[in-house]
Amino acid sequence: MKKPFKALPIASMSLLAIATSAIISTTASAAIVPEGTKLASVQELVRGNGAEPASLDPQKVEGTPGSTVTKDLFEGLITQDADGNVIPGQAESWTVSDDNKVFTFKIRDNAKWSNGEPVKASDFVFAFRRAVDPALASRYAWYMEIPTIINATDIVNGKMKPETLGVKALDDKTFQVTLEKPVPYFVKMLAHQTMFPVPEAVVKKFGDDWTRPENIVTNGAFTLKDWVVNEKLVLERNANYWNDKETVIDKVTYLPITSQTAELSRYKAGELDMTNEIPLEHYKSLKKQIPEQIKTTPQLGTYYYAFNLQEKPFDDVRIRQALSYAINRSAITDYILKQGQIPAYTFTPQAVAGFTPPATEYSKLSQKERDQKARDLMKAAGFDKSNPLKLNLLYNTSESHKKVAIAISQMWKPLGVQVTLENQEWKTFLDSRDEGKFQVARAGWIGDYNEPSTMLDLNTTTHGNNDGKYSSKRYDQLMAKSRVVTSDEERAKLYAEAEEILAEDMPIAPVYQYVTSRLVKNHVGGYPLNNVEDNVFTRDLYIKQ
Amino acid sequence: MAVCLPPQGPVTGLEAIPLSSPLHWFKLQVCINREGIHQTVPMFAFTIKRLAVAIPTLFILILLSFFLMQMAPGSPFTGDFNLPPEILANLQAKYHLDKPLWQQFMYYLGDLMQGDLGPSFKYKDYTVNELVAQSLPVSLTIGSVAFIFTVITGVTLGTLAALKQNSWVDYTVMTFSMIGIVLPSFVIAPLMVLIFAVTLQWLPAGGWNDGNWANMILPVSAMAILYMASVARIMRSSMIETLNSNFIRTAKAKGLPQRVIILRHALKPALLPVISYLGPAFVGIITGSVVIETVFGLPGMGQHFVNGALNRDYSLVLGLTIIIGALTILFTAIVDILYGLIDPKIRVGK
Repeated sequence: MKKPFKALPIASMSLLAIATSAIISTTASAAIVPEGTKLASVQELVRGNGAEPASLDPQKVEGTPGSTVTKDLFEGLITQDADGNVIPGQAESWTVSDDNKVFTFKIRDNAKWSNGEPVKASDFVFAFRRAVDPALASRYAWYMEIPTIINATDIVNGKMKPETLGVKALDDKTFQVTLEKPVPYFVKMLAHQTMFPVPEAVVKKFGDDWTRPENIVTNGAFTLKDWVVNEKLVLERNANYWNDKETVIDKVTYLPITSQTAELSRYKAGELDMTNEIPLEHYKSLKKQIPEQIKTTPQLGTYYYAFNLQEKPFDDVRIRQALSYAINRSAITDYILKQGQIPAYTFTPQAVAGFTPPATEYSKLSQKERDQKARDLMKAAGFDKSNPLKLNLLYNTSESHKKVAIAISQMWKPLGVQVTLENQEWKTFLDSRDEGKFQVARAGWIGDYNEPSTMLDLNTTTHGNNDGKYSSKRYDQLMAKSRVVTSDEERAKLYAEAEEILAEDMPIAPVYQYVTSRLVKNHVGGYPLNNVEDNVFTRDLYIKQ
Repeated sequence: MAVCLPPQGPVTGLEAIPLSSPLHWFKLQVCINREGIHQTVPMFAFTIKRLAVAIPTLFILILLSFFLMQMAPGSPFTGDFNLPPEILANLQAKYHLDKPLWQQFMYYLGDLMQGDLGPSFKYKDYTVNELVAQSLPVSLTIGSVAFIFTVITGVTLGTLAALKQNSWVDYTVMTFSMIGIVLPSFVIAPLMVLIFAVTLQWLPAGGWNDGNWANMILPVSAMAILYMASVARIMRSSMIETLNSNFIRTAKAKGLPQRVIILRHALKPALLPVISYLGPAFVGIITGSVVIETVFGLPGMGQHFVNGALNRDYSLVLGLTIIIGALTILFTAIVDILYGLIDPKIRVGK
């Protein structure tokens, strides 16, 4: 998945209840079964998982297939409820120091590993250190650098030992993290698997083999029973999980089916209760046949086209604006995608928590007006039908990207734009985009934590995924300022201003806001429809009769 | 001094390998010794000769794959999130990718000598050896069953069609085999799933379940149909040609029953073109078809091969290339030996 780069937000007092306060919640991570629901006698669930996980080791996982499974197997200090709100996980409460840099977590007395051993603060210390240890070389080490955990960056760089990381076990059940700078959403970030604990003794005993079914020890609602690479992962209920009494599902099987059509066939044949995706070309017929089984959730992500500002004539803002205006976004969402995607006129999607993206000026115009403006701008920039702008549109090989690209190139035609479509295999495409070997490229960005900076930081000058090399001093300053302001309102204003700058400079053309669509059988209860980060915990689900 | 002649070519030229092909250089050779007596080169010498060629062949294969793989754009660590340089450096150091290419190659060869194919770059909890150990048996099982099925049915159908030439039996077999040939497996396999799993719900649509027979029927059939169709067609034409040859006419004149003529005299020579066709196909069948494995969700080698290439999982792709390369060399040799055993013209001098 797309990940944000170094966001270094500083100090916000109100995002979370901070300042020396104990937070104790009664909400539990569990399936909420409405009264009167008749549960099936066999509580077994089969979920499509898209692909084989890269790993089941929390500090080695990369990609969605692995993170979905690890979130069933392990649990961090906090976790999320069905709507994505923070609720206590392994920690029953936590306190934050006055300067918002020291976070102290009280681990539950009944938090246990699946082998019956207690979950200790030292397991967290061990896990946090592994995440930054160059010897383990975690792809997600940057996730420990974002909240500025003391010495994290120096350890990743090999300048300091992992033991110097700002984490401590005060006693068996008290874990403390110290940050260099205050980070308003640090607690929120703990829902990510990179910050999950691992059983120190087991990892040390078995080394790289510790995640095998015969060795693994977990602290989540489930534990691993069987694992056949490219076929299945079978998880069984963990009787030692602290809230096991409220788990309903006894067994969950994940199938790493890469082909969407194969997944659909197996769903139709009754071998799957939940798919991972819905093939675009089948969506219409499914909508007719089984509309009630299609579950669509807004997602924290935006599909966009990036302009390469290093290449002429895309350094000309008029060209970028014209190309962006001429994209008929609702035609794409309504006639091509048709799964409930929302036209995007800002980079931050509406699904984000605590921020409503502003209505940018061009979003208020009708498409006809936008088209007219686009033609005028193009003409002013010196291009029209007699002197067409020839551009190359790069996308990664896929039917749906192709459909969107064809539609957009047709929309650009009246401007006198001649588009050459170029598709490349995934990794080749990523390489081309990263090295700036493109004029206009398809891109998508999915946020890692539910906060606008996860999106907006991408357009800052130094961001690793700012592929078009957009650079605006004003924008950079705004984003830097957003990290130091103290009130939510003020920060939201800055974010809104940042969006206005993007709409003005148009370094990227947002196209649509992503949604997650999957098929879920009618007998599956508890499926979350509001978790914009697509965290579907099996412990929250149940099978109806 | 012995003068060696190339072996006789297959009976029909349909699917035959041309005599000029290098494949024939190492076939069991018919030699004429100084006294003018036919004799064959001993099996042992033949085997040694094959092995001597196999090792450099494999080496070149490894060398080429190693460098070609590295030349592909992107790396195992390319993702849509561009990694910060320090993390990329740690990853490269862990897998020795920070060393010069020749040094990486020497590392690889060193490990290979000890039978270690290295860690997978993508599946971080597994080594390539483990992935192969898990996936090869699956591909092998499906492939072997499909192969046996192909040979028995294909040969029987082809023979029947030849015996009843231009009758309805012939036409039916030929029509079906034509369908089998023109429809690719990515059409046949999902079609079978649609009919037998989704609509009729007789069989599972996918999965392996430790080789449960119900899970094997559809993939094995989908795989076999393609080869079966070709085998039936080759068998038919080769059988027709054999039945028209002089020695069969002699057998008929001697009044031998048809069953004996077919089974004892016609079958063996008629099988030669089938063997030339199936020999090279065999390794492909047993090392897994990516289409079949993807459609049926089978944990075989085919999926690893394609995903490995897409993920730039250098060690996985190299490991599989070596295994498939070695198997190809091995089975080409076995086919050559079989060829010698089955072709009476080659066994002169005994």
